[in-house]
Amino acid sequence: MTWIVRNLWLIPALPLLAAALSALAHRRHRLFAASAAIGSMTLSLLLCLIAFAEVLRLVSQEHIARLPFNFDWFQVGSEWLKLGWVLDPLTAVMLVMVSFVGLLIFIYSVGYMAHDDNFTRFFCFLSLFAGAMLGLVIANSLLLLFICWEIVGLTSYLLIGFWYQKPSAASAAKKAFITTRIGDLAFLLGMVWLYSQAGTLLFYNYGAGCLEQAALMKLVTQTTSLGIAASTGIALLIFCGAIGKSGQVPLHVWLPDAMEGPTPVSALIHAATMVAAGVFLVARAYPLMAAHGGGLGLSLASAPALKVVTWVGAITAVFAASIAVAQDDIKRILAYSTVSQLGYMMLGLGVGGVAVGMFHLITHAFFKALLFMGAGSVIHGCHEEQSIRRMGGLRKLMPITFATYAVGMLALCGFPLLFSGFWSKDAILHAASTWGVSRTPFYLATLGVLLTAFYMTRQVLYVFFGESRRPEAHATSPHESPGIMTLPLVILAGCSVLLGLIGTPAWPWFSAFINGQHARFELRGFAESGVLTVMFSSTAVLLIGLGIGWLLYSNRLNAESASPDAFEQFSPSLFNLLRNGWFVDTFYGATFVRSAAWFSDACDWLDRWVFNGMIHLISRLTLGASRLSRSTDAFAVNRTFDQSCRGAALSGRLLSRLQRGRVQSYLQIIGIAFAGFVLFLIWGHHG
Amino acid sequence: MLAWTIYISFLGTLALMLLKLSAKTARSIALLAAIAGFAITAYDLLHSANGTMTTIVHRSWIPPLGIEYHLAADGVSLVLVLLTGIVAIAGVLFSWNIEHRANEFFALYLALIGGVYGVFLSADLFLLFVFYEIAIIPKYFLIAIWGSTQREYAAMKLALYSLVGSAMVLIVLVAAYVVAGAKTMSLLELSQFPFSLHFQMWAFPLMFAGFGILAGLWPFHTWAPTGHVAAPTAASMLLAGVVMKLGAYGCLRVAMVLFPQGLDPWGFSALGLASWRDVFSLLAVIGIVYGALVALVQQDFKFVIGYSSVSHMGFVLLGLMTLTRVGLTGAVLQMFSHGVLAALLFAVVGRMVYNRTHTRDLTALGHLHLNKAIPFAAITFTLAAIASIGMPGFSGFVAELQVLIGAWNAFPIYVLCAGIGIVVSVAYTWRALQKAFFSDSAPESTTHALPPISMPERLGAVMLILASLTVGLYPQLLLNLLIPALSSPLFDGLRKGHWQ
Repeated sequence: MTWIVRNLWLIPALPLLAAALSALAHRRHRLFAASAAIGSMTLSLLLCLIAFAEVLRLVSQEHIARLPFNFDWFQVGSEWLKLGWVLDPLTAVMLVMVSFVGLLIFIYSVGYMAHDDNFTRFFCFLSLFAGAMLGLVIANSLLLLFICWEIVGLTSYLLIGFWYQKPSAASAAKKAFITTRIGDLAFLLGMVWLYSQAGTLLFYNYGAGCLEQAALMKLVTQTTSLGIAASTGIALLIFCGAIGKSGQVPLHVWLPDAMEGPTPVSALIHAATMVAAGVFLVARAYPLMAAHGGGLGLSLASAPALKVVTWVGAITAVFAASIAVAQDDIKRILAYSTVSQLGYMMLGLGVGGVAVGMFHLITHAFFKALLFMGAGSVIHGCHEEQSIRRMGGLRKLMPITFATYAVGMLALCGFPLLFSGFWSKDAILHAASTWGVSRTPFYLATLGVLLTAFYMTRQVLYVFFGESRRPEAHATSPHESPGIMTLPLVILAGCSVLLGLIGTPAWPWFSAFINGQHARFELRGFAESGVLTVMFSSTAVLLIGLGIGWLLYSNRLNAESASPDAFEQFSPSLFNLLRNGWFVDTFYGATFVRSAAWFSDACDWLDRWVFNGMIHLISRLTLGASRLSRSTDAFAVNRTFDQSCRGAALSGRLLSRLQRGRVQSYLQIIGIAFAGFVLFLIWGHHG
Repeated sequence: MLAWTIYISFLGTLALMLLKLSAKTARSIALLAAIAGFAITAYDLLHSANGTMTTIVHRSWIPPLGIEYHLAADGVSLVLVLLTGIVAIAGVLFSWNIEHRANEFFALYLALIGGVYGVFLSADLFLLFVFYEIAIIPKYFLIAIWGSTQREYAAMKLALYSLVGSAMVLIVLVAAYVVAGAKTMSLLELSQFPFSLHFQMWAFPLMFAGFGILAGLWPFHTWAPTGHVAAPTAASMLLAGVVMKLGAYGCLRVAMVLFPQGLDPWGFSALGLASWRDVFSLLAVIGIVYGALVALVQQDFKFVIGYSSVSHMGFVLLGLMTLTRVGLTGAVLQMFSHGVLAALLFAVVGRMVYNRTHTRDLTALGHLHLNKAIPFAAITFTLAAIASIGMPGFSGFVAELQVLIGAWNAFPIYVLCAGIGIVVSVAYTWRALQKAFFSDSAPESTTHALPPISMPERLGAVMLILASLTVGLYPQLLLNLLIPALSSPLFDGLRKGHWQ
């Protein structure tokens, strides 16, 4: 076992250490906090690259590229519960992505948060997040993954509510945490169930892990009372956790609200890394997801859990994209777009396997982080303005931001050949088109491409083209952001283009690497059935989306910011429906939130009036019994007593008369008695 | 050695009662006594404890009745003795500002601590009962004299509930003594006596409920929120931190150990319940969800914490009813965890906030911007809140996880319900946190500077947080004591019938 495998824990430990140090630092120590965070992240990135190189070496030597390292944590009954980490291609890829994107966003944050009072606290939370996220990636145990999963959720809460003075931020933070906790509850149940069935939560443990043959064989053969295999039940429960974290329908409602956090947070946590953790979880637990009665992952199409993953992903992809077309807030558009793209990743996992979903995860992380940081640059330049309706004409004022944003936009839409998003999205579409169960997910995904192109065109036109629509009150004009913010943008834009090269059908290096194989360069990859058809059809759909967006919005760019949106004029009711996100929030508020409140009130009432009432009743009854006893005392016992006392006193008085000490009366009585006695004797004998 | 935890506490009481001391000396003596108790426990843990039952003192006491003065400790007692030591120190630190009749306050405080130590260390049931009663009396006076809102009412309610519970316990103890006919009250000997199934079937529920009252068993929980709210800070810390554990400890140590067959199926089922085990686990789960829901709508900050205690103690009772080793270790860990965290939460609410602001109304607190006025309190409460919603890294997570693992095979539906309780706990905790500390409402015109958080308060808070973190990160520290204890012959009866 090599050095890096034994010391993989250093990768999350370094940012955690930085978090601990800056937690203890005074808020004045801004430079210290930033350099601790960036320094530790740089070291982590270096270690991640070493780990990546190690996996590359193993893959090239055709070794089994999966190296777990496990250790005991605590005893559960008589057995030890183990935790551990694992180095394999999946870990390596994620490690490099998270630490690289994280580092860029850390650097960017120095510029973005420069004027914030709580700069130190911000970097403390960011480092804590990075540590937990890297821990999540290396975890070789579902429990360790869950632990890190909870901590990233916590940091997400802390960072969404970073500006807690804003009521909207405070409530968004609460909403995010509670909504994801609902998914986490199912995840926890799935984990407990898995533990009770498999007896271990380690993923890989030289044949004894829960993702390995022996445990899976056991899980697929056990059926529950509901008639589904234990493996399916567990997989679905764990997937619920992923639904919550990755903002899939129906738990997507928290992610758009989470945009209340500072923009670097949105870029790092709510676009590139944490929200993708759900996708990563499905990828990590893929053997479990793909297990089904007919065998282990022989044909992906027939694994029930993966069918659910596919449908949820496909529906989310279209649903969220449809909402994005009617939003005005630059970050909310990107948030719905993130939800939609996460849906694509889930779809990719469901229909095409780990490599397809993960490739989109990686490319998306780069271009979405780019878009968010570009949006942050725009917001920063426009003095905290977030509505795209009140922007406009920024192309000339913010040239670097515009150029990089355009790259991100084209990558997100999947513009052909040059942009990474094209290749990763195309792999998903191609896999969906060949899915054995249904073609509907493919059509949904294609519709999603159209919507994505449309809403991104609308956004870019509103923000960067035309004339400025800012209200006159703002005196200062928008300005380009400082170099510390634009440099990361340029680097990310470069990555958004170049990453496409490693996942083309001609040289599918990425998917080969994930599966621990060699990739060969073969142009024949394009000739495989359906590949080119899908490419052309998706490109056509994309161009239609771009065209519609251009037609609708290009000639209305100089309209007043208050005038109705072009789409709104086209169909006000549909626009309103989409703008309000299909009224899902309203629905949840009217049902779940209200019923929870009702239940709480009912229980409170029960406690106040029934249980306390019962206590009062008992105390009243006791008091009543006491009163009763008292009256019995007073009227029955006491009276009898008093009367007997009185009686006793009377008789005493009577008797005492006999003893007054007067000799005359004694003699009197003796005399009378004597006389009586004599009379009695005389009469007695004669009668 | 461990017996000195009891003696030192009572000696402290005696000294404080007899000598005329200043408040400053009084609290120093109390602190010394508390630290001594903790130090003795820590020394014992480091040097001799391996978790199995070890006799400390064994003397004849009332020979005609076979009653003995028998102190002994195993892993379960040690964990709780350790908890008592920690909470006792923290309690004194958070009462550093008591000036009103300080002598009596700390005398009663130490008497309560001594009684609690005594219960955890008794191996003779009569002795245990005596200590159990000793603990009730100081509680009453602490609330009635130094308390706040409705203190007489709360003190009386608490005392009556406790006495009803102990009456139920006493009835069963006497019955068991007579039925066994061995002229002994020794826990070890009685636990080996084969009580008839019929006897166990009525003795177990009566005794479990009797002890359960003090553990916040739903629906006998209503003493807890009112009692916690009315009590002065240190008393509510002890009440939630250790006194509720007396009940849970009694459930495990006495009721379940003496009458394991009381958990067997009745042989019929009513409303889907087929044994006392089903009944009590259902009550435990109801307590978890119900306590959380009620906490969600409270306006009084302390009531939120009071009801959260009911909810968290439900996990202890559910863990006991799993009858699996992991469930039982989870239950005892949860006792420790809740003890530390409830003490911390009450310390923040009672001492750091209420003593300074003189209000516990969440809306009123929102106007004070406490995160700016007393940032240390805000940070402490945030950490305590994070710990009490079961965030990994803190003790609550490992405890609840073990309870849920233990409960899964027996009652999967209850695990789901308990999980819902956890989700609601997030909601009420964040609600209270945001309302009390991070509210955005406009400051009141009459804002006056609050006194800063004092050094004893800081020390106490740091100590409790560290205790929770240590157990959360390395639970094996306590499990090393618990697992040998639960494997000992004392728990044979439970193991034979049900152990999984």
